[in-house]
Amino acid sequence: MTNSPSRPAPSPGANKAVGRALGYLKTYRLESVAALVSLLLVTVANLFAPQLIRIAIDDGIAKQNQETVLYAVAGLIGAALLRSLFTFAQGYLAERASQGVAFDIRETLFEKLQRLGFSYYDQAQTGNLVTRLTSDVEAVRGFVGTGIVQIIAALFTLFGTVIVLFVVNWSLTLIVLLTIPPIFYLLFRFVSQIGPRFGQVQIALSKLNTVLQEDLRGLKVVRAFSRENFEEQRYQNANTDLLEKNVGTIQSIAGIFPNVILFGNLGTLAVIWYGGLEVLGGKLSLGELLAFNAYLGFLLQPIFTLGFLAAGIARAGSSAERIFEVLDAPLDVQDKKDAVALPPLIGNLEFNDVSFRYLGAEKEVLKNISFQVQAGQIVAILGSTGSGKSSLTNLIPRFYDVTKGSIKIDGYDLRDLQLSSLRSQIGIVLQEATLFSGTVRENIAYGKPEASLEDVITAAQAAQAEEFIAKLENGYDTIVGERGIGLSGGQRQRLAIARALLVKPRMLILDDSTSAVDAQTENLIQDALDNLMKAERRTTFVIAQRISTVRNADLILILENGQIKASGTHETLLETSELYNDILGSQLKGSAS
Amino acid sequence: MRGAPPGSLASMAQMENERAKNRSQTAKRLIGEFKPYGSSLWLVAALVILGALSQAAAPWLVGRAIDENISKLEPVGLTLRMLELLGVYILGTLVSRQQIVLVGTISQKLLAGLRQKLFMQLQRLPLTYFDKRPIGDLMSRVTNDVDTLSQFFGQGITQLFGSLFGLIGILIAMLFLNVPLALVSYLVIPAMLLTTGFFASRARAAFRKTRETVGDVTADIQQEIGGARESQAFNRSKANIDRFRGRNAANRDANVQAVGITSAFSPAIEFLSTLATALVIGYGGYLVLENQLSVGLLAAFLLYVQQFFRPVQLLSAIYTQAQSALAGAERIYAILDDTPEPADNPNAKVLATLEGRIEFENVSFAYSPDREVLKNISFTVEPGQTVALVGTTGAGKTTVANLIPRFYDVTAGKILIDGTDVRDLTRASLRAGMAMVLQEPFLFSGTILDNIKYGKLEASHAEIILAAETASAHEFISALPKGYETPIGEGGGGLSQGQRQLIAFARAVLANPKLLILDEATANIDTRTENLIQRALETLLKTRTSIVIAHRLSTIQHASKIIVLEQGEILEQGTHEELLDLQGKYAELHARQFRVAKPILAK
Repeated sequence: MTNSPSRPAPSPGANKAVGRALGYLKTYRLESVAALVSLLLVTVANLFAPQLIRIAIDDGIAKQNQETVLYAVAGLIGAALLRSLFTFAQGYLAERASQGVAFDIRETLFEKLQRLGFSYYDQAQTGNLVTRLTSDVEAVRGFVGTGIVQIIAALFTLFGTVIVLFVVNWSLTLIVLLTIPPIFYLLFRFVSQIGPRFGQVQIALSKLNTVLQEDLRGLKVVRAFSRENFEEQRYQNANTDLLEKNVGTIQSIAGIFPNVILFGNLGTLAVIWYGGLEVLGGKLSLGELLAFNAYLGFLLQPIFTLGFLAAGIARAGSSAERIFEVLDAPLDVQDKKDAVALPPLIGNLEFNDVSFRYLGAEKEVLKNISFQVQAGQIVAILGSTGSGKSSLTNLIPRFYDVTKGSIKIDGYDLRDLQLSSLRSQIGIVLQEATLFSGTVRENIAYGKPEASLEDVITAAQAAQAEEFIAKLENGYDTIVGERGIGLSGGQRQRLAIARALLVKPRMLILDDSTSAVDAQTENLIQDALDNLMKAERRTTFVIAQRISTVRNADLILILENGQIKASGTHETLLETSELYNDILGSQLKGSAS
Repeated sequence: MRGAPPGSLASMAQMENERAKNRSQTAKRLIGEFKPYGSSLWLVAALVILGALSQAAAPWLVGRAIDENISKLEPVGLTLRMLELLGVYILGTLVSRQQIVLVGTISQKLLAGLRQKLFMQLQRLPLTYFDKRPIGDLMSRVTNDVDTLSQFFGQGITQLFGSLFGLIGILIAMLFLNVPLALVSYLVIPAMLLTTGFFASRARAAFRKTRETVGDVTADIQQEIGGARESQAFNRSKANIDRFRGRNAANRDANVQAVGITSAFSPAIEFLSTLATALVIGYGGYLVLENQLSVGLLAAFLLYVQQFFRPVQLLSAIYTQAQSALAGAERIYAILDDTPEPADNPNAKVLATLEGRIEFENVSFAYSPDREVLKNISFTVEPGQTVALVGTTGAGKTTVANLIPRFYDVTAGKILIDGTDVRDLTRASLRAGMAMVLQEPFLFSGTILDNIKYGKLEASHAEIILAAETASAHEFISALPKGYETPIGEGGGGLSQGQRQLIAFARAVLANPKLLILDEATANIDTRTENLIQRALETLLKTRTSIVIAHRLSTIQHASKIIVLEQGEILEQGTHEELLDLQGKYAELHARQFRVAKPILAK
């Protein structure tokens, strides 16, 4: 059990992370201190109440004094009022502090995520990151905002109660204190046992959900291969595992919690028994005995609180670690201190002996790439699946830094430029077009939110998207994305092209932008792009599978295993490159027949 | 219910305030789920009652100890009484341990059973069911709804009975001890219920707001992480951060406001609790002075009063929890009650070996009644033939392909496989002879090896490698550091779209189907690799029937038959040459696609 990898027991790292998370409280010093003071006042009021009960019984009832009873009752109510007031103040202020901390952490995380480079996202899983910004922040918030205040208050109550008990009756106190170590021991065991078990439940649950999600997403595959029974078996295995883990936690709870309560009750028993004997011996008054008994509750309460908080610290610790992991992730691509802004782009580009390797990968995906592009030229990149085409174009807006060599744009090394000045002048259509929740118009205007409707429509027309957008129910105001209507792959791609065109970039990168489009539509887009590339003399990079797309290029690069195998124009390659003819043949196969 | 302890106002208010439409029926059905555990349930009931009795007995014993033993100076009696108390405590501990284990195990088993039923139902629902529902929606039903039930079973039910019996026990014990004082103490209960109701309705509104705002925050996070690459490519970081800050702040403010309400709630309840104590001391003290009550009874009363607040609070929390649980259960039953795919015809035949003859006879099909996707389609495919479906997006090509393995049932007409209507064949035997490769390949988590042998679990290693070679996948797989044992993440992470498609191809090849359906199977693969695959397929397909959908006309020119679809109807069919001679739609598509090619070849 102790070797379980999911064990959330505070590691040194987790403790450090908790400390660092607490640092966020600094901004909310005032709220935190006020919350703490309120809580301490509540504790004092709490400790005071049993004394009033004692007075009511010993000085009032026992001495047949109605007035004292009434005073004591009034005192009880007054103390309760004060206590209620401060309890409210404490809860409210602590929440303000903790929500503030959550806000700050989330904001910092979000900013960081906006800045982290492609190489980070290549390895990160969306679900995992979302969890860090939601549940993990929530776990840290719960502890940092209120937990720390409660720990201090619990300790204060504990010691306060013990002192009061000693004052009331020291021998009785010593007996009662005997029940505390076993309770502490049980709670400690509970926390260290239940933590890992909850972790196991979470793991089992997410495994179960993975099976479910895969089954739903791969529905057709499952049915096509008649694998329903196999999937059911897979689900059942995960389900049974979850059941076992759940029963495990239940057994932990059942094995420990009733015992904790038993020891708490044994405290009452000891007080009545031994205290009763003391009363019999005349060493204790009945009122004192009852007041003493009332204090027992105060003794147990903070112990329970500390037990739960211990579990909370463990959780908050591992969550804080996960949060800081993101915050501390190195930014591989960022502005140099003396980075300069790129002047309006002319469009010359030069690759000098560029090699590139993905973070953590062993193999270089690009090896010794050198070529030059003049402003306004069209460059086509060909190559088989996995030959490094996308990797190459991703280097141009500096989504990644080269591992070796350099890339120069209009004579500037990319690494000497401010990222925003570089990227704002390059339009890119990525291979898998992402739609954002919002209207069609907002999606096209993603890179230029202030664009006029006319500009948006012009871009859509150029991308051959106008026609299908016009057919949508609300035209440009149709909501798309997760909460809206779905678009086909081809439609998504045309929106992405419009998006890139709208920013009127001086340099355009099209990463296999037409693969999901049928031939007819592709031709339309191609015509539009041809015109744009020619008319505005943009420097353009096109990755494509189809020769028809690349035939007009000024420069064709053929990649194989990360190296340029051949380069030139269509005409020169036709004469010099066997590989090019090979590719060409593969496309034209049969067309002459 | 993160953060909020059960029974707190926050935990009540965070719950969706929804009610099942047909509560009594859903409840009845849910209770019916417990039937298999009948005998254990009686044991649970016995344990609950025993537990409540021991809970009520303890203060009573304390009271008696004070009155009869301490007041009357009886040390021996006190000791005996205390031994009784010890017995009661130990009994309570044993009972509650048994109860937790028993109730927990039963409800977890029940939930696991419910989950399994749901999953099995999902395997049987027709594909039309899934067309209408986003996966996220279904996921949340199976996970969240079962989860609400789980919470209710886990904490709710035990607490419900525990606190109900405890409360009744305490209330009766108080009446038994002293009627007037008991009635005075009860005065606080309606005040508590009113206060709870007052705060709960306000808190619910406030927490609805927090749920909405947190939904906005999460949606934003999810979207921006998914679109992080676009955000960077388009320099959107600043705009995104600003928008997020707004949503983040709205969520913070909504939370602070909601907590303002809940923070006032527990002090209010505590105040009422102290008020009850004060009432008992005040009125009880008066009764003692009037010699109508003993001090011991007063002490017992004080203990009782302190005990009955928790059950009252718990009960109102459980009420809310039960409402959510019932609503969740109703949604679960809605899935379970939905009509599954029509079962195999009772006289359905098992298709022993597929020959590969396909006949469409006047087939029409509509996903929804008002929109016919296929109209009056008729064609025949002979065993061993390759038939290509051509047409623009939305022409109905994929729908034709989906009807053959009977993913959907035709609306009119019929489809015959080897001369038998597909509806008269068992689905398993029909599909056993086919394999499909789809445009967006789906890979399961696991290794590449697991994925290739998905359709034929017992395949040998040699067979798998042969299939991968046929699909041109072997080369890149062997180049991976872990080769066939390379793990594949959700959605096939790490592999390019083209590589994923090659694996899906290998999977289909390994299944060794007599009928192969390729739906845009090579859209993401470069043309040279595509040719390699095709060359391999040529030998493979000689003895097999295949249906091919492709955008690139070059890949289908050698098809035995090409069918041109437009808006759900067959426009033309024939061989490549026949269709070119026809000078119709196909010739037009062909000319457009090869308009560039011709002049090159002319060189």
